[in-house]
Amino acid sequence: MRFAVIVFPGSNCDRDMYHAVKDVLGEEADLVWYQNSNLENYDGILLPGGFSYGDYLRTGAVAATSDVMNQVKKHARNGKPILGVCNGFQILTEAGLLPGALMQNKKLSFMCHQEELVVENNETIFTRGFEKGEVVRFPIAHGEGNYYCNSETLSELQTNDQIVFTYRNNPNGSVENIAGIINKHGNVLGMMPHPERAVEALLGSNDGLKLFQSLVKNWRESYYVTNA
Amino acid sequence: MLQTHEISPEQIESEGIYQEMGLSDSEFEMIKKILGRLPNFTETGIFSVMWSEHCSYKTSKPLLRKFPTKAPHVLQGPGEGAGIIDIGDNQAVVFKIESHNHPSAVEPYQGAATGVGGIIRDVFSMGARPIALMNSLRFGNLTSNRVKYLFSEVVSGIAGYGNCVGIPTVGGEVQFDDSYEDNPLVNAMCIGLINHDDIQKGVAAGIGNTVIYAGAPTGRDGIHGATFASDDLAEDATKDRPAVQVGDPFMEKLLIEACLEVIHSDALVGMQDMGAAGLTSSASEMASKAGTGMEMDLDLVPQREEHMTAYELMLSESQERMLLVVKKGREKEIIDVFTHYGLSAVAVGHVIEGNVFRIIQHGEVQAEIPVDALAEEAPVYYLPSQEATYYQEFQKIRNKVPVVDNYGDTLKRLLQQPTIASKEWVYDQYDSMVQTNTVNGPGSDAAVVRIKGTNKSLAITTDCNSRYIYLDPEIGGKIAVAEAARNIVCSGARPLGITDGLNFGNPTNPEVFWQMEKSVEGISAACDALGTPVISGNVSLYNQSKGKAIFPTPIVGMVGLHESLEHITPSFFQSAGDLIYVIGETKHEFGGSELQNMLEGSYQGRAPEIDLAIEANRQAQLLQAIQQGLVVSAHDLAEGGLGVALAESLFSNTSLGADIQLDGDTTTALFSETQSRFLISIKAENQVAFEKAVDDAGAIGVVTEEGNLTIRNQEGFILTEKVADLESLWKGAIPCLLK
Repeated sequence: MRFAVIVFPGSNCDRDMYHAVKDVLGEEADLVWYQNSNLENYDGILLPGGFSYGDYLRTGAVAATSDVMNQVKKHARNGKPILGVCNGFQILTEAGLLPGALMQNKKLSFMCHQEELVVENNETIFTRGFEKGEVVRFPIAHGEGNYYCNSETLSELQTNDQIVFTYRNNPNGSVENIAGIINKHGNVLGMMPHPERAVEALLGSNDGLKLFQSLVKNWRESYYVTNA
Repeated sequence: MLQTHEISPEQIESEGIYQEMGLSDSEFEMIKKILGRLPNFTETGIFSVMWSEHCSYKTSKPLLRKFPTKAPHVLQGPGEGAGIIDIGDNQAVVFKIESHNHPSAVEPYQGAATGVGGIIRDVFSMGARPIALMNSLRFGNLTSNRVKYLFSEVVSGIAGYGNCVGIPTVGGEVQFDDSYEDNPLVNAMCIGLINHDDIQKGVAAGIGNTVIYAGAPTGRDGIHGATFASDDLAEDATKDRPAVQVGDPFMEKLLIEACLEVIHSDALVGMQDMGAAGLTSSASEMASKAGTGMEMDLDLVPQREEHMTAYELMLSESQERMLLVVKKGREKEIIDVFTHYGLSAVAVGHVIEGNVFRIIQHGEVQAEIPVDALAEEAPVYYLPSQEATYYQEFQKIRNKVPVVDNYGDTLKRLLQQPTIASKEWVYDQYDSMVQTNTVNGPGSDAAVVRIKGTNKSLAITTDCNSRYIYLDPEIGGKIAVAEAARNIVCSGARPLGITDGLNFGNPTNPEVFWQMEKSVEGISAACDALGTPVISGNVSLYNQSKGKAIFPTPIVGMVGLHESLEHITPSFFQSAGDLIYVIGETKHEFGGSELQNMLEGSYQGRAPEIDLAIEANRQAQLLQAIQQGLVVSAHDLAEGGLGVALAESLFSNTSLGADIQLDGDTTTALFSETQSRFLISIKAENQVAFEKAVDDAGAIGVVTEEGNLTIRNQEGFILTEKVADLESLWKGAIPCLLK
């Protein structure tokens, strides 16, 4: 599977994402600078964390208006898998690819540590490798991870089973402990915790491996079906 | 505020305007002699910043020469942006510590943030990718609102900059004492990784080559920052807020990527960041090191504000700026790299023949100074030194054992002392994991960062117990290095070298100078004994206000190497049934201890003794035992002694406990701060091999399954506490004080 890791000015988890899919999973990956972006030849698009444009406006707001995001939107419509982590999740909500918004943490300060998450939906292309209700450990590292949406959106998310991950001990004030959500179509996942930081036991957790492995496995199977 | 226009050279002399800039009468005479005429306003400003303590080390240089700086593995010692140590496989580690104390005292958020930004630039200007940040902080006690404000804003500033720029803050230390009440210390350390072939130097070689200015435009911020940092902190220091710079970590992130790309171009000759004294110091130092001259046209320098004078442009300390020297005719390929990242890079001058630093603006020469006069020939002062009067008094005090009636309560109170208590409130605000290399983050004896693509990792620590240095600067200096090395060895790594952040009061006070002199001697002796040369550092003097100096605080930043990831050793107990040992005998040593401060409200008496030969031998034996796989966990005994170390070894979510049997005087065994001791756990089956490998190791107990810390002496139980209760006191102490 071939991944594009989109690099905006100020992205800083781009190399970590690249390392996870390329060096640890052994898949193909490129770091794609936001200006020279032809995404046609990629099977999956990864929006990494960081501080795009310094987050000097609302987090993710400037990156969301970039040309590369128009391409990402097109590929989202066509069903290509897209994963946004941390700042990537913020960009996805700002771009309208996912509902809701990420506000400042309830505690008003940045926080970084391992958090326990519950896999609420294991029927997505990103989470098939997990058990439903499985508890996994991913690091968080954010100042604006407090997920908010209005009650209609929330009930829609619940009805459509779009809530993929929740926090066991809500660290940031997110509505319904939401840590990650997926779009209705099931191909765009946004989450604040960092699966790419949880792919090697040496660094404290490799629970994130299953997420990437699910994605790759799904792609191999569907590729086989499409091209058989 | 200095008036910056139309002040004639004659007025500068007759009205003593040079004094306002921090130059003495004799220095002004030297300048007249060097130039053979009176300096104009811009030239006076240039001399004043280059000859400030901050840039010239004019009072500390004679002491710094005492440091051992050479070893076969040292590729670059002090003198460049940062020092470099070989770690094999054509790789090297680059590191340096730097202070930003005065700015943080008046504008804590920006002062701390730009301190981080500056030290990062020192490292990537060498061509290294910054892979980790550390910090060492000192504040007054958390009782006044001002101190609480300084503490929380400094932490926010470090977090705001480091998190955005994408370099993990992997550890550090925070201590609290009244002596830092008005004068907090903010020292930041950056560690980078480099391939030998990529090592850059800040040299302006090659006559005719082009000088390129890259990064943020120059504004009026931070003018005279270096001078501000070279004087006592005034009571009305807030008026100096314009001397504090403002940071832009987003710009810095782009600069890192652009600079690390241009180092691969053979068009690049040299690169240096514009730190203290901005354009003046970077340009003149690059020329001086290469033995060339430099001419710059200030009309070409990108400017953030209108009508800036030559004086302002040369002295501004606007952040996120770099100066490059590029081969003539190949400017475009370098400029294109910066443009790709949305940064401006423009040619502002060229390398010229002769020992001359020439600044042109509006077609006129604004300054013309011999380069070496600025960078090399700054005056050096041999200040008088006098043993502090308190020292002999303290030496006369015999060591006595404080009276403790309830060991459990005493341990609980110690765990809540801010210097000992958990710093989670601080480090949770730092991204400690970005770059995905952090094996042990904040909260361990040493941070451990693996090196991708190898089986190696680096151990990093910062240490300085300034109470011991206050009581006895020479012994305290030795202890600072020894403790840093103990932390590195406990993590399973071999110490490689140190960077020193020397923070003291006003050096013209002979007693302060004596503290400097003695602690440098102590540090040097320990560096020799432990094989850790000093490869870089920083001096911050005049840390005093209202006539009161800070505790002498020479911070040691040390880096070590794990030759194999297998050697990485945790500082926490790992499993029930493991045997617990203390390496080293314990003496009645309470001078400068946490227990003394808690019970008596002051630090006095003698610092704990240290024998460097014993220290070196124990460290070598322990490291060998770790490398042989005989050690499960290792933790150094520091503030609060064995009692605190035992509790800390249990605070790791493992819900383990420990059953301990003490010999000798119980208060001494539990709370003495005798040096050169370690708390170890091993597998029972390795008992014979471990005892053979390590001298002076005594078994004191066993790791247990149920989460209680139980301690007995000859007469029976003296303490049984739930680990969870101890941990919640330890974790809650700082958040509680901040409420």
